[in-house]
Amino acid sequence: MKYFHLIWAALFRSKTRTILTLLSVIAAFLLFGMLDAVRTSFDQAGQSANGARRLQTGSKLSFIQTLPQSLDAQIARVPGVKSVAYANWFGGAYQDPHNQVFSFAVSDNYLDQYPEIEVSAEARKAFAETRTGILVGETLAKRFHWKIGDKIPLQSTIFPQRDGSKSWNFDIVGFMHAKDKSAGWYDQLVLMHWKYFDEGTPYNRGTVGWYVTSVSDVNQADRVARAIDALSANSDHETRTQTEQAATANWMKQMADIGLIVGSIMGAVFFTLLLLTGNTMMQAVRERTSELAVLKTIGFSSRAVMALVLAESVLLLVLGGAIGLALASVLIPIVSAGSGGMLNLPSVGAGSWALGLTLMVAIGLLVGAPPAWRAMRLNIVDALAGR
Amino acid sequence: MKFLINLGLLLLLAVVLVVWVALPWPGVLALVLLFAAWLAATRRGRQTASVTGVGVSTLRQRLGSSAVIMIGTAGVVGVLVALLAMGEGYAETLRKTGSADTAIVMRGGSASEVMSVLDRDSIVVIPQAPGIARDAKGDPLASPELVVAANLPVRGGGPDDEGSVQLRGVGDRAWEVRPNLKIVAGRKFETGRRELVVGKSAQQQFAGLDVGKTVKLGSQEWSVVGVFASGDALESEIWGDADTVASTYRRGSSRASVTVKLADPKAFDTLKAALAADPRLKVDVDTTLHYFSKQSEGTAKVIRAIGITVGMIMAIGAAFGALNCMYAAVAARAREIATLRAIGFGGLPVVIAVMLETMLLALAGGVLGGLVAWLLFNGYSASTLAAGSVGKLSFQFVVSPQLLWDGLKWALAIGFVGGLFPAVRAARLPVASALREL
Repeated sequence: MKYFHLIWAALFRSKTRTILTLLSVIAAFLLFGMLDAVRTSFDQAGQSANGARRLQTGSKLSFIQTLPQSLDAQIARVPGVKSVAYANWFGGAYQDPHNQVFSFAVSDNYLDQYPEIEVSAEARKAFAETRTGILVGETLAKRFHWKIGDKIPLQSTIFPQRDGSKSWNFDIVGFMHAKDKSAGWYDQLVLMHWKYFDEGTPYNRGTVGWYVTSVSDVNQADRVARAIDALSANSDHETRTQTEQAATANWMKQMADIGLIVGSIMGAVFFTLLLLTGNTMMQAVRERTSELAVLKTIGFSSRAVMALVLAESVLLLVLGGAIGLALASVLIPIVSAGSGGMLNLPSVGAGSWALGLTLMVAIGLLVGAPPAWRAMRLNIVDALAGR
Repeated sequence: MKFLINLGLLLLLAVVLVVWVALPWPGVLALVLLFAAWLAATRRGRQTASVTGVGVSTLRQRLGSSAVIMIGTAGVVGVLVALLAMGEGYAETLRKTGSADTAIVMRGGSASEVMSVLDRDSIVVIPQAPGIARDAKGDPLASPELVVAANLPVRGGGPDDEGSVQLRGVGDRAWEVRPNLKIVAGRKFETGRRELVVGKSAQQQFAGLDVGKTVKLGSQEWSVVGVFASGDALESEIWGDADTVASTYRRGSSRASVTVKLADPKAFDTLKAALAADPRLKVDVDTTLHYFSKQSEGTAKVIRAIGITVGMIMAIGAAFGALNCMYAAVAARAREIATLRAIGFGGLPVVIAVMLETMLLALAGGVLGGLVAWLLFNGYSASTLAAGSVGKLSFQFVVSPQLLWDGLKWALAIGFVGGLFPAVRAARLPVASALREL
């Protein structure tokens, strides 16, 4: 630590070069921070303790096929089931059919399955009492400037009402807020009463899109899932039950191979960075040859000189990398807000920081190694003579 | 003074970049020709050419920093082109699915086929509308179709690894309104049987979709009897007999959409007016070209935005790298440049020569990056859950000449930024003191 000043001085010996290199490193790690946030948001979707405790039951045929509502009572009687709720896809859109809004028609106890969603007691009460009431995610409400008490029309792109009209009227009775980032998309959701929905449209006829079951014991989840599927085995509405974790992971995998895309981009970025910082360090050591020789002359061991050079290159990477990652954590919320709720990225988490720091140190050591080796092997007499 | 000059340079840089982005290829060509003429014809141009020649010939002594500029630019261009090729391929696959001479009729207000329901009466009425082409017997070429989804095991996945595929229930007319669709193996399904023909891409995505095998849809066994190819989004679907699919999915006699062949592309307006005027119908009609292009719009835009954002950040990094290297190069050649100035070379040739050198290196990097992206990603298959569909959609990356051209423009822009400031420094080197450092 006592040599920190020396390393710092060596690093900023040529200010322009160091600052330009730092800016490149910052750009690389800014990109790393942002892409890693995307990757993490895909990886962690549904990976919460609550996600492991909840089962999703849908039609085995496909996710668009509905199930009879009568399964509700049957599932509730399966041993190990704590409670069961159900929901249906509403396919809502606001103002313009292409302005789609995630909207579910849900059973009265649906929110009880989601302790990570915060809804005030008054809102819950108002929701229970208002047939046409809806609960709206915070981000969504902000996007459309909705207030509690507003009456809004939502079009359903799937379900017309009995009179053929596509427009459904709702009263906003409260907001939803996700306490847990992994349930962040609830901030963009609209929940309405399944009863109002089912009675309003001739197309649903008492069916349910999917069931959400809480199990009393996480370790029993697999057994309960099999028992639920057994209820409708060999019927015309066979089911497929998965933990919410598994179901979400499956969706994400079908969306895109994010890991591969992020991996290839970062591969290209870090390869370039390696070359760039490597070149800088080589130059830095080359032009300081005589100074290093002086250090050795006044008693620094060869190893100490090598360590100084290595430390300098690691410091360069860590300094730039930390600024880049910090910048990413500042930018990500801005990007998320700017996209109007389209993107919902988590901030740079501890995992990203750890991975980032490991990369910084690794790249620092890698690019520092050749010049450090050169500095260690430096022959004092030759170096001082400028040979 | 120095501050003002730097500020002026930054402004110049911004203006040049804005113009450059907007410049179409004939403009670039004209610029290049003009520049070549200047190099060859004027005294200063010839001076510039010879200074550049000296610079380029000494590149080998600065292999490390030359490589940094080249590889840095190659990385930017490669990633940019690959990401844009993904968006392009996705949009292209959907665009090819539609054509201007077929139209799709869905229930009013439905965002996509899966969300639409047309009852029996509508399906009888719609084909009678004017503007629809008719076959030799005088029957309209209209194909009522049902679109649902099926869960199937993913090829190469675990036992519980299921994906969603779009299942289309069709009649005989479906083949007639889509003449580009060909059976490449096996045969068509027979009406009334649980038989499937599968798209080529669907076959590659999901396990068990080979001719002669059976797959389970829910609790029922369906046999695969044929494979079709169409080179578009339909290839990611599986097809069965409409009535049989409807009974499996409990859809009764309803259908999702009616695809019709238009008498000619201009007949669309007639058809649209007739359907809108019919009080029995509440439907929307669109040409399939417009319908499918619209489906890809959102996703393609997002991919493009991501590509450009990532490219921008990388380009900034690469430009700083290039700046660094060129500053070092100018410093190393200070004596040489001062000597040139002393024997009568002007400031402008030195500025242009340094910039030209940087831009040539960046251009070489751009070519390298574009080439790598083309070799690795042209035709690369990927799949996603497409907007407006309920199944996995396979598409291939398309590295088009336009994208490569865009990549080269980016490369030259990076070279311009990286070369400008070092070039100005080189020209402003005080001759006397630079020479004295001997």
